Amino acid sequence: MHVVRKLEVMKRIGLKIAILVMIASTGPVWAGDGDGAGVRNCTWCHGTSGQGYMVAPRLAGQRPQYIESQIRSFHERTRDNPFSKQYMWGAVAALGPNAAHDLAIYFAAIAPKPANDGDRNLAARGRTIYLEGIPEANIVSCYACHGPNAEGVREIPRLGGLAYFYLKGRLEQWGQGYHSGPGSPMPMVASHLGPDEIEALASYLSFVR
Amino acid sequence: MLAVIFPAAGHAQDRTMPARHGGLEAKLEYCKTCHGLSGQGYMGYFPMPRLAGQQPEYLEAQLRAFIERRRTNPIMFNVAHVLNPSMMAALAAHFRDLNPRPFGGAPRGSLATGKKIFEEGLPESNVPACSACHGTEGKGQNEIPRLAGQLYAYTVGQLTGWRTERGQGTAVDTSAIMAPTAHNLTRSQVEAVAAYVSYLQ
Repeated sequence: MHVVRKLEVMKRIGLKIAILVMIASTGPVWAGDGDGAGVRNCTWCHGTSGQGYMVAPRLAGQRPQYIESQIRSFHERTRDNPFSKQYMWGAVAALGPNAAHDLAIYFAAIAPKPANDGDRNLAARGRTIYLEGIPEANIVSCYACHGPNAEGVREIPRLGGLAYFYLKGRLEQWGQGYHSGPGSPMPMVASHLGPDEIEALASYLSFVR
Repeated sequence: MLAVIFPAAGHAQDRTMPARHGGLEAKLEYCKTCHGLSGQGYMGYFPMPRLAGQQPEYLEAQLRAFIERRRTNPIMFNVAHVLNPSMMAALAAHFRDLNPRPFGGAPRGSLATGKKIFEEGLPESNVPACSACHGTEGKGQNEIPRLAGQLYAYTVGQLTGWRTERGQGTAVDTSAIMAPTAHNLTRSQVEAVAAYVSYLQ
């Protein structure tokens, strides 16, 4: 059953990547200028109302300072995982700090809808790791930085309700040596997580509202 | 017999980083994930205090207080209860020798007021000078903590929440000595003195 679910997910991702590639190839044409156009450029991939679309994470309800910091890190090319490189480095190229700020405020104000796409059987284990970490294995508590309800604060992102696939991918990538912004403790955090812990955390978080 | 062995083996497989188990280096990295790479502190959802340059006796006393729930903090209870006394001593000795610049970021509007409270206290409110116990440079001694360079938000949180976090339960806890002092400071006085000490090197 687990395998079937994974295949389903992979099929959906495949289609969405195809759409992203089409859109990315038209990038320079729609580099943002006006308000409406700027938002539309994001929602092509991040979904109507910014609720996210598999590999493109939800922006709705995200911390505005986090969104701005990530746009900056795409500009400065410090966030370097494959999809960031492929899509976001180009997508933010024409976006100035003021436009980035306005977009961040816009998306932060939209109510987020949880993805609910993790494995429910793993959610309880994920919740325990989220709250307590695994001190014996030097795995830190997520709660200390991301908050009691995974809501994030300032430049620390909301994790609650993000898509399982996105959360899993990010946690794996840090462990593989990809970076986010400068000074993020996440590569160190994720290097201690095994595959089972990542699946449990991503499952739990996908259900958090 | 098998029933005993199998769960244990499964549990071991969950951990894909066996090399990181147990050692002091791995535990230090674990501490620094939250408390900053040089122990300078970090602002997560909660402020994670500076450990750099902290008095080892104070750090060890607090780790014990978390375990014995004299100091309530769900995260630090989990962190501390797996540490044995020799690990605690080794961690505390390591952090004592770190000396990064203060984390910074505190409001600068009432530093002069903070300095006055720190050096002279508030005789009219029965608040002794902080420097009398914490030292003129705020470096602390023995079980009395260093305040110099401590995160503003952390110090404000401690001084405004002393009675709900410190000295819980019925066991003797040396932190009780701060309760009346914290109680007699107003919010703006707490903010002033917390800002002042946060910039001390």
